[in-house]
Amino acid sequence: MSNAPVDHGRRRFLTIATSVVGGVGAVGVAVPFIASWNPSERAKQAGAAVTADISKLEPGQLIRVEWRGKPVWIVKRTEETLQQLAETESKLRDPGSEVQQQPAYAQNQHRSIKPEIFVAVGICTHLGCSPTYLPNDFSAQVEGIRAGFFCPCHGSKFDMAGRVFQGVPAPTNLVVPPHMFIDDKTIVVGEDEGAV
Amino acid sequence: MMKTLLSAVALLASSLAIAAGPAVPLDKAPIDLTDKASLQNGARIFQNYCLGCHQMQYQRYSRTFADLDIPEELGMEHLMFTGEKVGDHITNNMSAKDGEKWFGATPPDLTNVARVRGPDWLYTYLRAFYADDSRPFGVNNEVFPMVGMPHVLQELQGVPSKTYETRLVDGEPKQVYVGIKTDGSGELSEEEYDRAIADLVNYMEYVGEPTKLEAHALGYKVMIFLLIFFVLAYLLKKEYWKDVH
Amino acid sequence: MFKNLMSWIEYRLPFMDKMNLHVMQYPAPKNFNFWYFFGSLAMLVLVNQIVTGIWLTMNYEPSAEGAFASVEYIMRDVDYGWLLRYMHSTGASAFFVVVYLHMLRGMMYGSYQKPRELLWIFGMLIFLVLMAEAFMGYLLPWGQMSFWGAQVIIGIFGTIPFIGEDLTLWIRGDYVISGATLNRFFALHVIALPLVLVILVFLHIMALHEVGSNNPDGIDIKRDNDGTVEQTEADKKFTFHQYFTRGGKKVIVDAIPFHPYYTVKDLVGVAGFLLVFAWVIFFLPEGGGYFLEPPNFEAANPLKTPEHIAPVWYFTPFYAILRAIPHPFMGAVAMFAAIVALALLPWLDRGKVRSVRYRSGLHKVNLINFCISFVALGVLGVLPAEGVYTLLAQIFSFTYFGFFVLLFFYSKNENTKPLPVRVT
Repeated sequence: MSNAPVDHGRRRFLTIATSVVGGVGAVGVAVPFIASWNPSERAKQAGAAVTADISKLEPGQLIRVEWRGKPVWIVKRTEETLQQLAETESKLRDPGSEVQQQPAYAQNQHRSIKPEIFVAVGICTHLGCSPTYLPNDFSAQVEGIRAGFFCPCHGSKFDMAGRVFQGVPAPTNLVVPPHMFIDDKTIVVGEDEGAV
Repeated sequence: MMKTLLSAVALLASSLAIAAGPAVPLDKAPIDLTDKASLQNGARIFQNYCLGCHQMQYQRYSRTFADLDIPEELGMEHLMFTGEKVGDHITNNMSAKDGEKWFGATPPDLTNVARVRGPDWLYTYLRAFYADDSRPFGVNNEVFPMVGMPHVLQELQGVPSKTYETRLVDGEPKQVYVGIKTDGSGELSEEEYDRAIADLVNYMEYVGEPTKLEAHALGYKVMIFLLIFFVLAYLLKKEYWKDVH
Repeated sequence: MFKNLMSWIEYRLPFMDKMNLHVMQYPAPKNFNFWYFFGSLAMLVLVNQIVTGIWLTMNYEPSAEGAFASVEYIMRDVDYGWLLRYMHSTGASAFFVVVYLHMLRGMMYGSYQKPRELLWIFGMLIFLVLMAEAFMGYLLPWGQMSFWGAQVIIGIFGTIPFIGEDLTLWIRGDYVISGATLNRFFALHVIALPLVLVILVFLHIMALHEVGSNNPDGIDIKRDNDGTVEQTEADKKFTFHQYFTRGGKKVIVDAIPFHPYYTVKDLVGVAGFLLVFAWVIFFLPEGGGYFLEPPNFEAANPLKTPEHIAPVWYFTPFYAILRAIPHPFMGAVAMFAAIVALALLPWLDRGKVRSVRYRSGLHKVNLINFCISFVALGVLGVLPAEGVYTLLAQIFSFTYFGFFVLLFFYSKNENTKPLPVRVT
């Protein structure tokens, strides 16, 4: 037993230094545990962008692709439909798409990159049902409008740009996912870097 | 007469040696996981010659492309043949039943084969096929006798056969086995073939544990950190134990 | 305010008092050496196994169809999944390394002798549960070794006369090892046995703190306060919890508080252990084919037996004893007896001196004999049971049991050295 006085400064320094380094180590150990909760490669691949061939899409036709487990609609709108987009505006809740339910490049009247091709996540913004596409019989829902989307669950109505009508439960327009055209025939849903 | 007897004895001896287990000494596989060109060539060989029967059902194309610095477009064009997505696993369309019918056993999945067999075994095995008319596919293998696999790389190697030379042993001429020699009809020379096999084995070693290089890089950092922690803990202990000693 | 809250809690749940009792004012002999690191290291590995195990279950799929693929999924698709898995698989082997060394320490310094018999028994129960835990965990990756290793070990139960066949059927829940077996092993491995393990570890430590830690000299640090004990300046320097002095009936000598002296010392042991542990995890995760066996990278195939089946290294000493006996059931009995003999050490050893330091030369030789036999059996358990290996396994099984038999006879009147008055 040494009777030399305790060097409190050194003791405190070493205690703090070891604690700090040990703390850094604890944080380091936590990294793999926290990181392992990120989407795995499988989830990422399942959620990767989806490519669709639109060369055979007829005017008025709707095709569905699955992206991140959700139905995504790709619709080729007719000339008539595009003209009616202007007519419906007075009955819409958010005709100018002020609420950010779409990428910036789709914040226009037709809510799309190319006027005729409309891409939207086919899930009602009310409670998540998938609305029905009514290409010819929508006038039963909104007078004078030939085509639109009608949600069977709670009666929400959307026009052919996915914009919600007034007086229905759905609060906002349908979501337009990021998308881009690789060429005239091919569209990519889920990715919009580079070419628009 | 004497010669036939001798070769018969030699044959018996060699078959006994095989029966006794892995009598063939394994060659060290000259592989390097950091050699991207070698890995890329290995992937190319695997896709072209192996994938027809063997899958790597736990490895994704995208993983191979990313780790081997292969641009996705290039990889999809040159390494993917059946129109899968880049995130898909490396699989073929052969059913397990068909495989059993055609080869006597389902060709094993090769994702982990380098971890099961070891790279040296693979490197030696793939260079140990030799012509043998008694086998259904006309080839046998020194490392894996009676293997049910055809020599799919024959167009690269040529037709390999066991070669014997007459040498003087104790003053008498004897037939001595000198290894497997090819007839030179393949696309590659002997050295080129060995190199191609090394690349293939390198790729299989990578696929067996794609995180290996990442683990080593992280491992060195962890070791340095722990050394610092060890020194600090030791100094702290010494400081406190001045009270006791 | 804060002080009031603390005393409010303390009155209802004396947390600080318990901390003092078990950590800050726990008297630990001042002469712990290297061998005393392994208890705290075993705790560290236990925590590692529980935490990494919980994380592995987040992505593991306990089914015959999905198990192997889900392990590959963890290894390849989950961020840092490979690290979590290697921490767990290496941790299993590390657990047995530290536990075996911890047990050897107890044998060297007589830590099982009176009054620590119950402590030793709890320790042996931990060892038994740990073996079951490791065995069931090894089935989960559903590789070839998982499957065939389990086949062999479940087969041991089949050697029991009359009930063996039905017993193995019951354990498997099927005519072969199948998804049913996997699921029950999974449940036991992740919930039941860890729970038992944690409870046993708690009891082990409670039992330890009740009787106090032994030390390399094997002499008591708590003496009767009958006026003959001289306390040095050093002894008076530290305060210990009054529980240990039994209200003045006991005097404590040559002890230091567990905290800070052994916490900082164990920290050095932890750092040293982690250096080795991390080295294996990052650079040798397969442990040369002993921690992760090569055939286990191939999915289980009930129709194809690997050429050579060996249990994981930590079972091989006992496995070698099993194989050394020509009769299957007697082999199983011998294997079980090898573990029971260890558990009975407190009664087989009739000596009064604990530490090997002050025991006879014969005891030293006998202890070395035990170590050699154990290691040799471990090596033989890995090798195929043929020819000279079988003979060697029989010889070393004999010397293994010989240790206990000899000990029982010579320990009664052993030629021991005089014990020191104070720890050295």
